Amino acid sequence: MSTQTPSDLPRGEAATVTGPTHPTPEAEAKGLSQGQIVRKKFLGNTAAIVSLIVFAAVVVLSFTSVGFAGIPGWWKYNHTQFVALLDGGAPTVTGPFSWGEHPFGQDSIGRDYFAMTMRGTQNSIIIMVIIGTLAGLVGVVVGACSGYFRGWTEAVLMRFTDVIIIIPVVLAAATLGQAVNRFVGSGAQIWLLGIFLGLVLWTGLARLVRGEFLTLREREFVDAAKIAGASNARIIFKHILPNAVGVIIVNTTLLMSSAILLETALSYIGFGVKAPDVSLGLIISQNQEAFQTRPWLFWFPGLFIVLICLCINFIGDGLRDAFDPRQKKFNAARARNAAKPVSA
Amino acid sequence: MLTYIVRRLVTAVLILFGASFVVYQLTALSGDPLEDLRGSNAPNRDQLIQQRIDLLDLDTPAPLRYFGWLAGAAKCLVPFAATCDLGQSIQGEPVATALVRAMGNTITLVTAATFLAIVIGVSLGIITALRQYSGLDYGVTFMSFLFFSLPIFWLAVLLKEFGAIGFNNFLADPQISGSTILVVAIASGLIWSLFASRPWARKGIAFVLGAVVAAALLFVLGAVDWFSTPGLGPVVLLVTGVGAAFGIVLLTAGLRNRKALLSALIMVALGLVAYYVVNPFLNGATVWLIVGLAIATVLVGLAVGYVMGGYDRGQSMRAAASTGLLMGLLIVVDRFMVTWPSYVDNPRIRGRPIATVGAETPGLDGGFWINGLDTFTHLLLPTLALLLASLAGYSRYSRASMLEIMNMDYIRTARAKGLSERTVIMRHAFRNALIPLATLVAFDIGALIGGAIITEQVFAFAGMGQLFVQALQRVDPDPIMGFFLVAGILALVFNLLADIVYSFLDPRVRVKA
Repeated sequence: MSTQTPSDLPRGEAATVTGPTHPTPEAEAKGLSQGQIVRKKFLGNTAAIVSLIVFAAVVVLSFTSVGFAGIPGWWKYNHTQFVALLDGGAPTVTGPFSWGEHPFGQDSIGRDYFAMTMRGTQNSIIIMVIIGTLAGLVGVVVGACSGYFRGWTEAVLMRFTDVIIIIPVVLAAATLGQAVNRFVGSGAQIWLLGIFLGLVLWTGLARLVRGEFLTLREREFVDAAKIAGASNARIIFKHILPNAVGVIIVNTTLLMSSAILLETALSYIGFGVKAPDVSLGLIISQNQEAFQTRPWLFWFPGLFIVLICLCINFIGDGLRDAFDPRQKKFNAARARNAAKPVSA
Repeated sequence: MLTYIVRRLVTAVLILFGASFVVYQLTALSGDPLEDLRGSNAPNRDQLIQQRIDLLDLDTPAPLRYFGWLAGAAKCLVPFAATCDLGQSIQGEPVATALVRAMGNTITLVTAATFLAIVIGVSLGIITALRQYSGLDYGVTFMSFLFFSLPIFWLAVLLKEFGAIGFNNFLADPQISGSTILVVAIASGLIWSLFASRPWARKGIAFVLGAVVAAALLFVLGAVDWFSTPGLGPVVLLVTGVGAAFGIVLLTAGLRNRKALLSALIMVALGLVAYYVVNPFLNGATVWLIVGLAIATVLVGLAVGYVMGGYDRGQSMRAAASTGLLMGLLIVVDRFMVTWPSYVDNPRIRGRPIATVGAETPGLDGGFWINGLDTFTHLLLPTLALLLASLAGYSRYSRASMLEIMNMDYIRTARAKGLSERTVIMRHAFRNALIPLATLVAFDIGALIGGAIITEQVFAFAGMGQLFVQALQRVDPDPIMGFFLVAGILALVFNLLADIVYSFLDPRVRVKA
């Protein structure tokens, strides 16, 4: 995904700014900070911005409609109410503003499917955010420590990472499900599932961050900071981390998109979110046999999974483009445009 | 290098010890293995419970039980002792046997999917990199993100519904309506125009050509009732073969290399002769006969290329061998197609060939060709699901890698010294772009043999993933440990392999000895 397609640019600008022989980015010439460059590039990325807006809309819809953390939502049903089947439970939505009684229909025992889908979406998003935050934190700490301190710290932490990597995630999730039912009860299930998965999924990020730290710690500015007497913590947080932040943000985003697929898949095979709570994967697995007779029970939750995942992926890709200075270099079309005489 | 490998292997063993202990404890914690018995109404319930407690040794605490399992598993390391003991499942089947069977199934499942995903994904990635920011690039990028975002269990249900049930209904009465032809023609036209590079006139021509060819093809196929009695025949064989010969030579040697082109065309002719000569032998074919013929084809191809010579013998030999292999593949495909009607009419198939679950039709015995078709029809949907899911990764990765290479100074040098664009891309850029992919491929193969858990579950495919999930549902530790051993060892070995291969391919990377 480009930040700007060549046709977006005025002719003269395209020619003067990014000719193949003048790789100096336009932003640097104007003296923008790194954050400004990244923000500018990201905002110029149509796909990422559209995805961001759609994702925000999904979040708002799912959290306000069925309520969150005890606050009731504006939708009249919730995911546990049984209502008499209306018209065989067929969906009543006919347009964006005429929703009818049960916009997504009802499941076979009469629960409102819109409420269930929204609750499932909400749960998936909560789990995704917890996984992203937790795995991001652990991954950065482990990766940063082993990359910066090297030696024994690195050896121990990286072997520990290797151990975690080869433990099957499904097993961890299944164990957790059992433990939750035994000790906590099903109320905190969603949060615990997110926390547990987050504690297993940080390994990839840790390796990446370590790699990034290994190259950055050899750079001159780190030597300069050391000579100036900066403490290890200061070097890590003030000097190295800001330089690695691109890698961290991009990969955490992509981790979140795979986390949502993982959560729905786990719920689908029965090791993730369990009834009576709902998850998008769980309601698909409960209703997949009904595809011939009640296809909407299958379509709506699936479409929401795809929508969320697609949005996150596009946002992640937009961030990657925004953070990656190398993405600019090769652009055949722009190079062709630039090669044309400007005055012509 | 040797010290490096030995050190890596020693750490790998230590990691395995640690992880296997954790996995054993997690399994023991993950549920109650007596749950189904506690709820049963059998009169001898207490006896059954006692039996299972003895079988699983539940009176010993889990951390100690682990060492019992370890003692049995450690015997597998002693060569020729033949007392390898990985324990038993709750049903009493030795885990080693179950593992071998499941691994066989999984390997048949993932081989085709991985191979196709790599080939298609890498080609798409390279093409989109060369056409960065074109309509094709955006289209492929969007599609790969879409496939990447599809939950595989959802995709699987869709495939079953439209790929199997819908297609079987179509096969029962293969009539192609005019509107279908129109839609397919327009779609094909759009795809071809997307692949054609700009000026718009060229895109227009590609659109018209693609649409007309697709419509004509569908019309002819419908008219001769091809979907009931498929086959390729010598004419299609000749046309495809010549096309493939030109394509292969164009990519590998360039059409200016007449000797290479001629050797490839000779192989097409030989293939056509072989089509008639070999066919009688194929009646009683076995896998080994096919493999033998494939090897023979490659040898003949190499010989033809060698005899033809030219300024670069290697190019002629490679072109001839790959063309020959492709011709052989076409002949085999043709043979499978000829068998199709008798497969569909088989009483066990009952006219619904595309299967939605399982790895084979039970009780079907119709020789190599019928059983081969049976495997294909069973593998078709899971392979498609896996393929679509893993395609995105390869195409994105190879696109990024190719883009990076295209910016390198040595590419500019190659262009500057006047090499043709084909040589620059195929020789200098493509090969180097593949290096980082080697690592990715090694990782993926290691992970895939561990089983495609969700896919196997949805398609009821009795592979490693299903073995694991079923054991987990029963809280049965021994099969889980068996699964973990295989998956873990493979992951570690392929990890090591990836690093070694990388240092061989890219001399700038040195392993720390």
